[in-house]
Amino acid sequence: MSEALKELSDHIAQAQANVVTKAEIRLGELMLDTTPDNVIALLTYLRDDPKCLFKQLIDICGVDWPEREKRFDVVYNLLSVKNNQRIRVKLMTDETTPVPSAARVYSSAGWFERETYDLYGVWFSDHPDLRRILTDYGFEGHPLRKDFPLTGFVELRWDDVQKRVVYEPVKLAQEFRRFDFLSPWEGAPKVLPGDEKAQEAAAAPAPAPAKAN
Amino acid sequence: MGVITPTKPSTAAEAALSRALNDELADKGFVVAQLDKLITWARTGSMWGLTFGLACCGVEMIHCWMSRYDLDRFGFAPMPSPRAADVMIVAGTLTNKMAPALRKVYDQMAEPRYVISMGSCANGGGYYHYSYSVVRGCDRIVPVDVYVPGCPPTAEALLYGVLQLQKKVRRTGTLVR
Repeated sequence: MSEALKELSDHIAQAQANVVTKAEIRLGELMLDTTPDNVIALLTYLRDDPKCLFKQLIDICGVDWPEREKRFDVVYNLLSVKNNQRIRVKLMTDETTPVPSAARVYSSAGWFERETYDLYGVWFSDHPDLRRILTDYGFEGHPLRKDFPLTGFVELRWDDVQKRVVYEPVKLAQEFRRFDFLSPWEGAPKVLPGDEKAQEAAAAPAPAPAKAN
Repeated sequence: MGVITPTKPSTAAEAALSRALNDELADKGFVVAQLDKLITWARTGSMWGLTFGLACCGVEMIHCWMSRYDLDRFGFAPMPSPRAADVMIVAGTLTNKMAPALRKVYDQMAEPRYVISMGSCANGGGYYHYSYSVVRGCDRIVPVDVYVPGCPPTAEALLYGVLQLQKKVRRTGTLVR
């Protein structure tokens, strides 16, 4: 399997040398790095080349690295049923640089890109219908960005006077509790009542087993 | 095993009551009862539940109607249309996006209507209490009659909640709500 993957990696790296910036095999999976300008050419090649035939787009997703200048990764996971291979294509972008939409190459890409746009705020150019897909109507912000607060900004309730659901700024009755290994619920040594001698027994060497005659 | 109980009168008092009722019916041909008691009896015996399954609790709610617990024998039948339903079972996580739809469905139900909130998420947000997209309890949207705790509650727990609701209807049942 890994030889086949290596062969495939060499084949792609050779054929698409000016498009693939890095190809590596890690944990038994092949990963290609590319740039937003070249991703459509690469995906089209991977779909059509007779040695690749990655005809199924499994997923498009994003990763947020807030400390990086180009903070987002966009990750394409592909499957070749013909060759029983999987491949991952990655590229880097930021909040303003648009990534060309893969909807022309893979018809399933449209909704995946909408999801990535919705949750990370990555822009896709030439997308047929780039709207939010998961979050609430009129939602503001991109919730999977690391700088998005967990509880968001608004909460809603039914207003009996206005007879409609109203949005209000978040008001938490109890502050979010952050657990760590020093908290008394998790970090304290567990001593069962009446089991105080257990630690002494563990510290002392175990008695030699009685010899059978 | 199971919760199946015999349908015959369980105590001597009930047997005596049943016999007296039969005698009166045979003697006069009619029985006199209080109208509000009769109406609440009819209400509790024929509650149609609107199945509002939103998450994993919905599966447990379906179990409740399956052969082991069989909610139908309490007159509690599943009803996909809000216009014919009496009880709404909110089973699962209520998200912000779903909340107006939930209220719209609730508004379509005819009075008297009741709501059972099933599971931690519907009761108070549960696991997703601090999430940006989840309503912290469906009682922020609709008035709730019975809360069933659990994550998810067993079918048995929901059954108990239904019985509690029937008890509540019997206790507070009036003609105008």
